[in-house]
Amino acid sequence: MSEKTAAATVLFRIKRQDTPAAAPYWDEFRVPSRPFMNVVAALMEIQKNPVNTAGRRVAPVVWDCNCLEEVCGACAMIVNGRARQACSALVRDLAEPIVLEALSKFPVVRDLMVDRAVMFENLKKVKAWTAVDTTSDTAEAGPRVPPRVQALNYQLARCMTCGCCMEACPQVNRRSGFIGPAVLAQVKLFNSHPLGQPLAPERLEAIMGPGGIAECGKAQNCQKACPKQLPLTQVLADLGRQTSVRALTGWLRR
Amino acid sequence: MTRGPRLAVIGGGLAGSMAAVEAAQAGLTVDLFALGPAKRSHSAAAQGGINAALNTHDLGDSTGEHFDDTIYGGDFLANQTPVKNMCDAAPGIIHLFDRMGVPFNRTPEGVIDLRLLGGTKFPRVAFSGATTGQQLLYAADEQVRRHEAAGRVHRYEGWEFLSAAFDETGDGRFLGIVAQDLKTMEIRAFPCAAAVFGTGGPGLIFGQTTNSASNNGYASYALWRQGVKYGNPEFIQVHPTAIPGADKNRLISESVRGEGGRVWTWKDGQKWYFLEEWYPAYGNLVPRDIATRAIFKVCVDMGLGVDGEQCVYLDMTHMDPAEVARRLEGILDIYQLFTGQDPRRVPMRIFPAVHYSMGGLWVDYEQMTNIPGIFAAGELDYQYHGANRLGGNGMLSAIYGGMVAGRAAVRYLEGLSKVTAGGGGGAGGGGADQAGRAGSPTPVDGEGAGALAAAVRREQERDAAIARMDGTENAYLLRDELGALMNGNVTVVRYNDRLRTTLEKLGELKERYRHIGVTDSSGWSNQAVGYVRRLWGMLELSQAITLGALQRDESRGAHYKPEFPERDDANWLKTTIATYTPDGPKLSYEPVDLRFIRPRVRKYDVDKGASRNV
Repeated sequence: MSEKTAAATVLFRIKRQDTPAAAPYWDEFRVPSRPFMNVVAALMEIQKNPVNTAGRRVAPVVWDCNCLEEVCGACAMIVNGRARQACSALVRDLAEPIVLEALSKFPVVRDLMVDRAVMFENLKKVKAWTAVDTTSDTAEAGPRVPPRVQALNYQLARCMTCGCCMEACPQVNRRSGFIGPAVLAQVKLFNSHPLGQPLAPERLEAIMGPGGIAECGKAQNCQKACPKQLPLTQVLADLGRQTSVRALTGWLRR
Repeated sequence: MTRGPRLAVIGGGLAGSMAAVEAAQAGLTVDLFALGPAKRSHSAAAQGGINAALNTHDLGDSTGEHFDDTIYGGDFLANQTPVKNMCDAAPGIIHLFDRMGVPFNRTPEGVIDLRLLGGTKFPRVAFSGATTGQQLLYAADEQVRRHEAAGRVHRYEGWEFLSAAFDETGDGRFLGIVAQDLKTMEIRAFPCAAAVFGTGGPGLIFGQTTNSASNNGYASYALWRQGVKYGNPEFIQVHPTAIPGADKNRLISESVRGEGGRVWTWKDGQKWYFLEEWYPAYGNLVPRDIATRAIFKVCVDMGLGVDGEQCVYLDMTHMDPAEVARRLEGILDIYQLFTGQDPRRVPMRIFPAVHYSMGGLWVDYEQMTNIPGIFAAGELDYQYHGANRLGGNGMLSAIYGGMVAGRAAVRYLEGLSKVTAGGGGGAGGGGADQAGRAGSPTPVDGEGAGALAAAVRREQERDAAIARMDGTENAYLLRDELGALMNGNVTVVRYNDRLRTTLEKLGELKERYRHIGVTDSSGWSNQAVGYVRRLWGMLELSQAITLGALQRDESRGAHYKPEFPERDDANWLKTTIATYTPDGPKLSYEPVDLRFIRPRVRKYDVDKGASRNV
């Protein structure tokens, strides 16, 4: 720790890829260190002087970010082997060289930028919304919610769709098509909301087929990986139970 | 399922998303453009909450009080009719977002809880922990997704708006937009007779701010260059409480003070609660411009910053940790992460940072700019905050403005359809004339297609010209210089000589801009070329901001000149209008709508009620 604060620079080793089809390669950069510097600030430094440790001028590293305070979910990447938000990854807490890689469960766009469209598509599949009749003022408050219920819903509603849980989950891979923990948490959230409940059966149906809840291997990596500490293990267990009940009693509704 | 004309919505934050929902609900097909997934928009970063006079605790609040607080807080520069309408609509908006599933914090009885923010005596802020913006944005985005699943919204996420296209050889009507796919770099035209913009503020001009990386202001610049008027550019909000950082300054929400946090510094060996001493009526909950100036005075003029540094304490160590966790979750972790200290045990060190632009594109009361068919809403417009925005009104104005814009765009397009369907004679002379100038719902006839193609070519040429730049200047370093220049001279305290120097230096930066070397030559997902394009917009918008500040010889809200310390209604109770010319911005002024509340002296050492004279 102490020698790192004394050092004027930090070494970054970054896995790069010029296009989705191109082969990946590695580049190393030395970045001037600043107190409480995060990985995003280091990438910004590279933009100002895109010269690698071999002394070669290269294209600046491409990555995704927006809010820089861990609330938008854009800058998720693999930092020293762990999927996390680059904005909340402080250089002083990381061993050198700091290794940056794109999330591996999504198609790489370029360098550290990936395409997470599949997560947004899946939010559509599970109808992650309340079906309000109109945006007009109905002169009526929504239903009352006990603070305890609000606290649980708020926890689930903080999911940033960043994809860290998908990265950590062994069941998310090219063969399984597993919808993943993040989207399942939204099923739980909207099924427990009074105005979300009319669509609850459809949401359960949507996660009962291939790629659904049954693909969960109960590795429980997702909860550890979640930067917002969503209670994903509990969510997956609850949904597993609900879908089992629905599968058993489904004939009653026919 | 989908019929009728298409509407383009540019911007996926609260304003754009709500405009899209309104239009889709009315049966239009919406093309929604955003720099990235709408869910990652800057609205997500709003923390404290959203104002609405729900008066849950029966403490005497009303939409009228909300209206008066907003006008008074904005130092009487905002047009009063739209502000009144917004405040009247606010309770309904909270109920709507409640129905949309936002987990607002609750009282023990289960109703929506309210808290205090600055510039009012009433708890008026509905909130969801300390990530209210995230929660409101998600709810809006979910409704967009619902309409998307039904085929009424088509998302173009990862596309950037470049310019509007007009029928230049004909009547000048708006024909559509030109946008770029930031992955493939393809530049394309999207025909539409109306577009709603909700692309946010230009915060990045000021370097390290509380803003997100996407708040580059390019869309507002591009529209301004094409003839949209820009209102009150000089009014920039500097938030009193942020933590400085290398990549950005992180906001510490006003809600910390709303929940009881106190601001102090050491003076003569004692804790000095200077806001409470100077402003006994409002204490720590004075509006942002007042608190920011006080902190500047303490740190810069009096040299009383903590440990001689540019910072003061924001203290919540006396507060109940359980309540803090329930009501301010999110803020504390961020502070702890970036400073290594636990704000529950050690007072936070904070300093002001650029946060919000009150100024923006000029719009009428239907959110339409001076170019028919082009609407604007959210931080992008100039409409609701006058000379200073109150905490809790930012998300409200984004949602309200977006909804008004969406509905107005629907009516506008319906009007065009009727005129077109009615054919030449019968539709009513005035209407037909207006529509003839304005546009038609299906604008892509032969000449229109030609104009759209020409607009695409212009942007392709601009793109190619930037890609060829091979000078020695680095665009990112130039932006740092711009940020330091603007932050140092055109924020909290403004002097005319420094503003003049700033204008000169902006000229120099524009000259050096021509010597930029573009660092990336790739034709795929090239972030460098877009950055250089946006930097030019920042430089030109900076000129409008600085010139507006230079001209306005008074102090009003966030605009403060020690040489002219008083508000001067006789000469300056008027809206600045900046018009683009290739030789720099031209300023003109227009009167403020004062039809409800007579201007009175704004002060926060005594109760506002005492000086009220509606």
